[in-house]
Amino acid sequence: MIGMHALLHVIFASGFLANRPVRAALAVGGGTAVVSAVVGVFTVMRGQSFAAHALGDVSSAGGSASYLLGVRPMVGFIGMGVLAAAGMEWADMQDARERDLATGVILGAGLALTALFLYLDTTSGSASGAAIAILFGSMFTLPATIVLPALAAGAVAVVTVGALYRPLLLSSLSAELAAAQGTRVRLVGLAHALALALAVSLSAMSVGAILSPALLIGPAATALRLVNRPGLAMALAALLGIAAVWGGILLAYDSYYWTPGHGWPVSFFIVSLIFLGYVVANVARSSRK
Amino acid sequence: MNAGSELLSVEHVSVSLSGRAVLRDVNFKLAPGELCALIGANGSGKTTLLKTILGLVRPQSGAVRMAGASGRVSGMGYVPQKISFDPNLPLRARDVVSLGFDGGRLGLPLPSRERRARVDQMLNAVGATGFAERRLGELSGGQQQRVLIAHALVRRPRLLLLDEPLASLDVRSVAEIVLLLRRLATEYETSVLLSAHDMNALLPVMDRIVYLANGSAVAGKPEEVVRTEVLSRLYGYHIDVVRVHGRVVVIAAEAPDEIHAAIARDPIHTAEVP
Repeated sequence: MIGMHALLHVIFASGFLANRPVRAALAVGGGTAVVSAVVGVFTVMRGQSFAAHALGDVSSAGGSASYLLGVRPMVGFIGMGVLAAAGMEWADMQDARERDLATGVILGAGLALTALFLYLDTTSGSASGAAIAILFGSMFTLPATIVLPALAAGAVAVVTVGALYRPLLLSSLSAELAAAQGTRVRLVGLAHALALALAVSLSAMSVGAILSPALLIGPAATALRLVNRPGLAMALAALLGIAAVWGGILLAYDSYYWTPGHGWPVSFFIVSLIFLGYVVANVARSSRK
Repeated sequence: MNAGSELLSVEHVSVSLSGRAVLRDVNFKLAPGELCALIGANGSGKTTLLKTILGLVRPQSGAVRMAGASGRVSGMGYVPQKISFDPNLPLRARDVVSLGFDGGRLGLPLPSRERRARVDQMLNAVGATGFAERRLGELSGGQQQRVLIAHALVRRPRLLLLDEPLASLDVRSVAEIVLLLRRLATEYETSVLLSAHDMNALLPVMDRIVYLANGSAVAGKPEEVVRTEVLSRLYGYHIDVVRVHGRVVVIAAEAPDEIHAAIARDPIHTAEVP
């Protein structure tokens, strides 16, 4: 019993659950993992992980602009992400073969803006930590007031995917089959892109814009290796995502005690755990065959 | 044909896609329960005609009428041209048929006894019960085709459209799918219209064929259509319909390119048999 207590004390370093930034990080991170799982399974099935990556980079332009404008980073992330998602769908509507090109060009433009805004952020001096926070995340500096709006934005994405579950599956299977059943394939695609923008923005706030696709694609891709049903894949991806995010937060908190004076970045731990899960799932799957 | 007896009538349909005339004044009718093949070379407009019937392509002139139809695509099932499915797509054969039943609906699919029964029955009807739990991407071409036919038929449409369902199948699967379609047309009283570039496997079991060439069509019973003089008129130059060992071969007297060049030089020139 005493041994167990000692072990728990080593795992949950003192004050972990009582710490306010930790609680905000657990709430936003856990919510983000669930939203990422639900949206991410469709993103993987539709072969749009490149779009997810581009949206993450573009939303960082919004995040960095928000420091200059003095608004919440979340507003900037989501606003820019939604604009970029709509732009990609519009380009797809003009010419489906242009989709990848348009995504690439929008990605470049977004990063250029990010470079400009981050430069202005750092030279203005008021937000010197902005660059690291935007690009690589800073879960422990999330204000408690962000928890509710972030979870609300996530809920919008989850409800959208839930409402369009069957038309999304059908159009992921084949756009032609969906159109023949009277599904408005473009509208469904646009709705998915907007849900994706929300998920990527949340993910960017948690693990940073650069690493956001890892949280979106990693657990979903891992789950799709292991189970045969989309609904089950979402549930499994959510569990894997929560495990990685909460595990990463715990390790980052503990790391303050490993190297006294400074901790290790939480995003590093989260993405490492996701990567580890993906490798293990692949090994498990190939050894089963 | 007297009014009311036909299920589908295609009337003077002309379609242009990005300025190019693909179909010109196409006419034919289909009665309930009829099995009909749409025959033509690649690029003759078969897919465009099927999509026009489905309502996915709008004709420049003419009309497609379904008896008693209401709404855009009501009463039709569709199996598109060969799709390559990702083996990692987490959809079992059963799920694909389920999506045919109510895949257009909003909201999460709650368990339904009716859906379950209809899907089981349809899987059985196409002989797919044995691989119902396997992923679509893991199945052979013939098995995928059966699943897609079940997907298209599960809502009991009065008309089933299939775009090249026999392409890229081995000889045995071709025969099996043709017999399956024949049986389903009779059992479910569904009219079936399928496109193909090779008619030999189809002629013995078809009630009717529509032959497409250069965007124009002739329709009728197989023995009325597949004749030297009928097809020569359709192509606009002489072709021969030859029967060898029970197979039908359509042979152009000259290579079509040379004939087009000759027609361009002299509009009333007609190619003769050498």
